[in-house]
Amino acid sequence: MLTKRIIPCLDVTDGRVVKGTQFVDLRDAGDPVECAMEYERQGADELVFLDITASSDARRTMVDVVEETARQCHMPLTVGGGIRTVDDMRTMLLAGADKVSVNTAAINRPEVIAEGARAFGVQCIVLAIDAKRNDSGSWTVYTHGGRNPTDLDAIEWAKRGEALGAGEILLTSMDADGTKDGYDLELTRTVSEAVNIPVIASGGVGTLQHLADGLTQGKADAVLAASIFHFGEYTIAESKAFLHDQGIAVRPAQAVATC
Amino acid sequence: MNIGLIDYGAGNLHSVENALSEIGAPCRCIREPGELEGIDRLILPGVGAFGDCVSQLKTQRLWEPLRRWLAEDRPYLGICLGYQILFEHSEEFDGAEGLGALSGKVVRFPTSDLKVPHMGWNTLSLVNPSDPLWAGLPENPYVYFVHSYFPQPDEASVVSAHCDYGLRFAAAIRRGQTVATQFHPEKSQALGLQILANFVRE
Repeated sequence: MLTKRIIPCLDVTDGRVVKGTQFVDLRDAGDPVECAMEYERQGADELVFLDITASSDARRTMVDVVEETARQCHMPLTVGGGIRTVDDMRTMLLAGADKVSVNTAAINRPEVIAEGARAFGVQCIVLAIDAKRNDSGSWTVYTHGGRNPTDLDAIEWAKRGEALGAGEILLTSMDADGTKDGYDLELTRTVSEAVNIPVIASGGVGTLQHLADGLTQGKADAVLAASIFHFGEYTIAESKAFLHDQGIAVRPAQAVATC
Repeated sequence: MNIGLIDYGAGNLHSVENALSEIGAPCRCIREPGELEGIDRLILPGVGAFGDCVSQLKTQRLWEPLRRWLAEDRPYLGICLGYQILFEHSEEFDGAEGLGALSGKVVRFPTSDLKVPHMGWNTLSLVNPSDPLWAGLPENPYVYFVHSYFPQPDEASVVSAHCDYGLRFAAAIRRGQTVATQFHPEKSQALGLQILANFVRE
C-alpha cells in the first residue's frame, strides 16, 4: 500500500540552515548536510531544501549543499527557491536533486512548468503554491512569502499547473504558516480533490494531530513540517508511530534500520 | 568487476553513482559503444520520457549494443525507464518502440481515482523471495516509486515482485541475468542500497 509521506523542510540561506536546528548529537546543527543525514537516520520519507538566499552568487553554495547531501543521503530530495529556468532546474537535478519546485517563476512564466516536464519528466516538477484566504471565500495565490497578492485563484492555478505538467503540488497556507495552529484543512482538501497529482500540505503544524488531520481531513498525500522537527519537539519516528496508531499508512521508521 | 552506468543524459545518473559509491562499487559512465569494452555488469537508470530515452540511446549508438547485451543474457539492471524500455512498446508518446527483450507493453495508470504519478514509499510482494536480488530484505520491503507508467509483461514467470497501487502491477522482473525494477533502489535508503549490492555481487 502506498504510504503517506512525512517530509521535513530545511530553509537554507548562504549554505546554512536558517535559525539552525536543535539536534544535540550533531557537530554543527546549522549544517544542512548534517541535518539531512539526521533526518535520513530518523526515517524521513523525503527531504525538501528551500533556498531562501536572495543573491544569485550564493546559488553556487546551494548547489554544493545539494551535491554533498546527495552523496550522503539516499532518499528523495526536492530543491526549491530561486529556480527560474530549465537551466536552473538542470543544475539542481545534476547536483543530485530528484525534484525541483517552482513558485514565482511559474507565476511569471507558466510555460516553465511545461518546459521542465518535457526536459526531465513530470515527476521532477513540483509546483509550489503559497495561498491566502480572501474575502470571497476562496484562496488567492501570493508571492514573496505572502506579501504580494497575484490575481490567480489557488485552485485554478493548481489545476492549470497540473495541465502544464507539474507532477506534484507543494501547497502552503500563508494564513496558517508560522501559527502552529494546524494546516488550512479546507484549502488542502479543496486542492487535493481538484487535481489528480499528489499534494503536499504545508504551513501551520504545531502538533502530531495536525499531521494526521492534514492527511485525513485535508486528504493530502504528504505532510511537510519544519519547526516541530528541527527543534526536537518530535522525531520523525514519533510522528510515524502516532500516525500509525491513528490508522494512517506510513512507512515504519525502523524499516530503515533493518539492514 | 567493472560496472557500467549508461549515461544518456537523465537527471538521476548521479544518484545511482552516489549509491554505488556508498556500497563500495565504483562504476564507469557509458556514453558511447566503445566504452562498453571490459564492462561486466550494466545498469540503465532512467527517469523522464520513454521516447526521449529511446531516441537518445539511438543517437549515442547504444541501442544495438544494448539489444545484443540483453540477447546474450549478460548482467543488466534496469531502473524505472531502464525497466520499461526492455518491453516492446509504450503507450507514452504514441507507442514508442522499446528494446523488445521482453514481450509486453508499458501502460499508464488509470487516473479516475488515483493520483498519478504513483509517488512515494510502497511495499513489494516478493514473488520469489529466494531471488538473489532480494537477499537480506524483509518480507514486504518498502521502496520508493515515482512513475506514471508501468510494464505489463506477457509472461507471468518473469515477474519477481508485485506492488499494489489501485491495481497490482509488476514492480520488478528477472529473466536470467536481466533484472529490472520500477522503483528506485538508489532512493530507497538502506534497503535500496542492499538491492544494489545484491546486483553487484550476484
